[in-house]
Amino acid sequence: MSKATAAIVGPGNIGTDLLAKLLHSETVDVRYMVGVDPTSDGLARAAKLGLETSAEGVDWLLSRDELPELVFEATSAKAHIANAPRYAEAGIQTIDLTPAALGPLVCPPVNLGQHLDAPDINMITCGGQATIPIVHAISRVVPVEYAEIVASIASRSAGPGTRANIDEFTETTSQAIEQVGGARKGKAIIIMNPVEPPMIMRDTVFCAIPEEADPDAISESIVRMVAEVAEYVPGYTLRADPQFDDPRPEWKDQARVAVFLEVRGRGDYLPPWAGNLDIMTAAAARVGELLAGAKTTAVTS
Amino acid sequence: MTPERNNVPRKLRITDSTLRDGSHAMRHQFTEEQVRGVVHALDKAGVEVIEVAHGDGLGGSSFNYGFSKVDEIRLIGAAVDEATHAKIAVLMLPGVGTVTELKRAHSVGASVARIATHCTEADTSVQHFTAARELGMETVGFLMLSHRIGPDELAKQARIMVDAGAQCVYVVDSAGALVLTDAQARVQALVKEIGHEAQVGFHGHQNLSLGVANSVLAYQGGAQQIDGALCALGAGAGNSPTEVLAATFERMGVPTGVDVQLALAAAQDVVKPFIPRLPWMDRSSIVQGYAGVYSSFLLHAERASERYGVPAHEILQEVGEAGYVGGQEDMIIDIALRLAEQREKTEAAR
Repeated sequence: MSKATAAIVGPGNIGTDLLAKLLHSETVDVRYMVGVDPTSDGLARAAKLGLETSAEGVDWLLSRDELPELVFEATSAKAHIANAPRYAEAGIQTIDLTPAALGPLVCPPVNLGQHLDAPDINMITCGGQATIPIVHAISRVVPVEYAEIVASIASRSAGPGTRANIDEFTETTSQAIEQVGGARKGKAIIIMNPVEPPMIMRDTVFCAIPEEADPDAISESIVRMVAEVAEYVPGYTLRADPQFDDPRPEWKDQARVAVFLEVRGRGDYLPPWAGNLDIMTAAAARVGELLAGAKTTAVTS
Repeated sequence: MTPERNNVPRKLRITDSTLRDGSHAMRHQFTEEQVRGVVHALDKAGVEVIEVAHGDGLGGSSFNYGFSKVDEIRLIGAAVDEATHAKIAVLMLPGVGTVTELKRAHSVGASVARIATHCTEADTSVQHFTAARELGMETVGFLMLSHRIGPDELAKQARIMVDAGAQCVYVVDSAGALVLTDAQARVQALVKEIGHEAQVGFHGHQNLSLGVANSVLAYQGGAQQIDGALCALGAGAGNSPTEVLAATFERMGVPTGVDVQLALAAAQDVVKPFIPRLPWMDRSSIVQGYAGVYSSFLLHAERASERYGVPAHEILQEVGEAGYVGGQEDMIIDIALRLAEQREKTEAAR
């Protein structure tokens, strides 16, 4: 089977981990790694692995004789906003790992099927990839008036991009909790913890649910979804059974379900505690493979 | 820092946080009437800055931290309306609140932006300081759980905030864990690093009963801003009481602009009558100071204790050992679940 060609723009932690995940892909062939800093460790690694690399940015990439079919953008929201029209003009489909949220927000087990043709697919945020499947698993059983997620990550796993753009994280994730997760209103919180040894990514999902909601049906849906995410993120697990609390006046008389998750990374490039990076790159790799599959099928048929 | 001239002690500015840190102790149930009453009394007493927000800062109203009874923007607006001299400050934690909420607070008249991060994460506040300065707000940086790192490391974090636009950086003893010279050494290190460009502040808690003493040492170490709360109303065993700070600094001859009698009246006649439970050094809050646990975890640990049948102080001890930081209230439930599971196993084995 022929593979779809791809480039990774942004040779930082995310780009490098993504490359590790796609190296053995049967559908995606990563040919280019692009950055802006000639001393980048990520570019050096990629070159060693046989990729064509450059620190000349997107100008270099778009002047190649053979353009990639897919670009994975692992830079910053600002950079992606600048680059996106250029990829579109060149006819390159983009998988955006920044919080720019230009294209549809996608969480593979929830809504990828609806967006296979989108020119720009946004991967939301790490916290979004970890929690939105759960919000969806609950909202497909009962109406969710309000969903809130708390993502705790190891400080060492938060790069300068995340740190400079923390508002974009909370805003994009909140938006996706509503649009993709199916909650009427969403809220996202992110906490960075510097403890040593670093803490493994933890995510908590709280959803307001009707008083008469059936806990067994909700729990069953959650467990099913966790298994689905674990197919591409093996370290995605429930820390405890979903916790159900009775309605309270300060919760507008709604009941609450709380779901405690741990996301242990596969340790491809960064250590297992960086589950936030792992779930992002694993989800993006999953999207890339499914898009590539669609492309190569289209060519052969 | 301003040098002392002619033996007249340096001026000190007291910021009252009854209506922000006190929000924790009130389970975020402040009413507009209470806010107006407190602001009126503090303003009359000459307190220059009054902080109003959800306990966990702007946008803190949530399942994780507790929902506000009254929208904080309405409370901030009421405070601005009530104050005649005092500036109204807001707190925000990057990751919990956003610039959007800061702008909303500014639009109803908040004029001081206090941006709080865990003591090692100052670089997550850069966009918020930039925005606050663009709005023309006075800026204060808040390095929380300052006991977790040493003075020099803390000073480097303060430097990041000042470079981003902070006009003052606080050593924040969120766990009430700093013991006397621990607090002073941190203040001195910050003064040394940023003193030519910005002020240094200190925010104390009473978990080990040292809030006021630490504040005095902080002042003597060069701090120019000190936080308090009326009746100590705040997280954990509460904050340094504003009325005690006013009385103590007056005895020391330090000008704060606060009228001691009026501060005492504000505490006794305005705040005490509506407090459901005075902050106190009980077993759980002392453990917070002792184990270095974020003070606002207290009521959450008590709630988890009731729900899962494990003692609050045991939960807090575990939280301290795990090194959780401000904002990780959800981990309290996680720990309570684990402790409850262990108990069940132990009991089954008997």
